[in-house]
Amino acid sequence: MAKIKGDIVVNIERCKGCEVCIASCPFSTISMSEEVNSKGYHFAIKVNDDCTGCSNCALVCPDGVITVYRAKVTV
Amino acid sequence: MEEKFAHPELRTPENLVYKRTDFLVDRPLSYCPGCGHGVVHRMLMEVVEDKGIGSITIGISPVGCSVLAYDFLNVDMLGAAHGRAPALATAIKRLWPNRYVFTYQGDGDLAAIGTAETIHACNRGENFTIIFINNGIYGMTGGQMAPTTLPGMRTSTCPYGRDVGIMGHPMKITELIAQLPGTYYVTRQAVHTPAAVRKTKKALRKAIDCQDLGKGIGFVEVVSNCNSGWKMTPVQANQWMEEHMFPKYPLGDIKVDGELVK
Ligand SMILES: Cc1ncc(C[n+]2csc(CCOP(=O)(O)OP(=O)(O)O)c2C)c(N)n1
Ligand code: SF4
Ligand code: SF4
Ligand code: SF4
Repeated sequence: MAKIKGDIVVNIERCKGCEVCIASCPFSTISMSEEVNSKGYHFAIKVNDDCTGCSNCALVCPDGVITVYRAKVTV
Repeated sequence: MEEKFAHPELRTPENLVYKRTDFLVDRPLSYCPGCGHGVVHRMLMEVVEDKGIGSITIGISPVGCSVLAYDFLNVDMLGAAHGRAPALATAIKRLWPNRYVFTYQGDGDLAAIGTAETIHACNRGENFTIIFINNGIYGMTGGQMAPTTLPGMRTSTCPYGRDVGIMGHPMKITELIAQLPGTYYVTRQAVHTPAAVRKTKKALRKAIDCQDLGKGIGFVEVVSNCNSGWKMTPVQANQWMEEHMFPKYPLGDIKVDGELVK
C-alpha cells in the first residue's frame, strides 16, 4: 500500500526553542530536546514517526530553521 | 546527536517540499525567539523569489526591531530615519518606476512618528507596497506604549494599563488609510498559524502585484506578537494575541481592487 511519509531536518544551532512549531503539527511529531544548543536553547526534535511532510511547522517557524521532505512509500 | 525518528533516505532533492528561501541571508535573525518579524521576512522573500524580482526589488527598513531587516533580506535595502520610510520609498519609486519598492515598518514607526508620511504617501496614491507589523508596542526600545496599544494593556509607559481617558484610543491606521482613494489593496493578516502564514503570503503577493497595475498603494498589516514586550512566552503571546488583539484588529481584507469590502 502506498503511503505518504515525511521527514523534517531542524537546523539545531539556529533553533531558538520558541515552541511555536509544536502546536502547528497535526501529528504531535515535535517536542523540545532535553539538551541545549550552543546558545543555550532547547531545540525542536521529532518524537514520533507520524510526520507526513505537511510543512506546517516550517511555515510558522519564526527563524525558518525547518526543512521538510515528503515521499510516497510502499508499506 | 543521533536523531531517533530520522529518515535520511527521504532527504533527497526530489523529496524536498520546503526549505528556507535563499532570499533570506544565511545568518541568524536578531529577533527574540518566537517573534513574528522572522515569518513576515520569510514570506516576503518567498514572494520576491516566486515572482522572480529579486534583482529589481528595493526595500526600506524602519527604525524598530526590524531596522536590521537590511541584514536579512537579500535584496537592495535602505534604512530610513524613524517613520520616514514612505517618503524614501516615494522618491525611489518615482525615480526608478520599474523597480519593486516596499517599506517594512512597525507600529511605532508607521503609526506614531511616521503617521504623516504614511497618510500622505497613501493619499498621493504612490505605487509601492507598505508592510506594517502591528505588535501594539514599541518592541526595540523596551516595550513602551504605541498608538496601537490596547485599552487596559500594560506597557512600561502605562504600567497600570492604557487609560483611554488620558492616553487616547488605539489607532486603527489601516482602516484609516483604506478610506483614502490612493490605496488600492488594504488587508490585515497574521503569522501565528500555518493557515495564517499562507494567507499572509497571498496578501503580500497581491500587494506587490499592485505595483504592476500602478493604481496605488498595496498595504499589508500583520498583527504580530512582541512576546518580550508583552512579557509572555511566544506560545502564550500568540494566544493572547488571538484573544485580545484580533477583536480590536480583525483579520481579513479591508479594500480590494480599490473598493472597500469591510
Ligand atoms: C527620531 C527617533 N525617535 C525615537 C527613536 C527611538 N526608537 C527606536 S525604535 C522605536 C519604536 C519602535 O517600535 P515599532 O515601530 O513598533 O517597532 P518594533 O520594535 O516593535 O518592531 C523608537 C521610539 C529613534 N530611534 N529615532
Ligand atoms: S512537516 Fe507537518 S507532520 Fe511533519 S513535523 Fe512538521 S508539522 Fe508535523
Ligand atoms: S518554531 Fe523554529 S525556532 Fe521555534 S522551536 Fe520550532 S524549530 Fe525552533
Ligand atoms: S522585542 Fe518584540 S518585536 Fe522586537 S524582536 Fe523581540 S519580540 Fe520581536
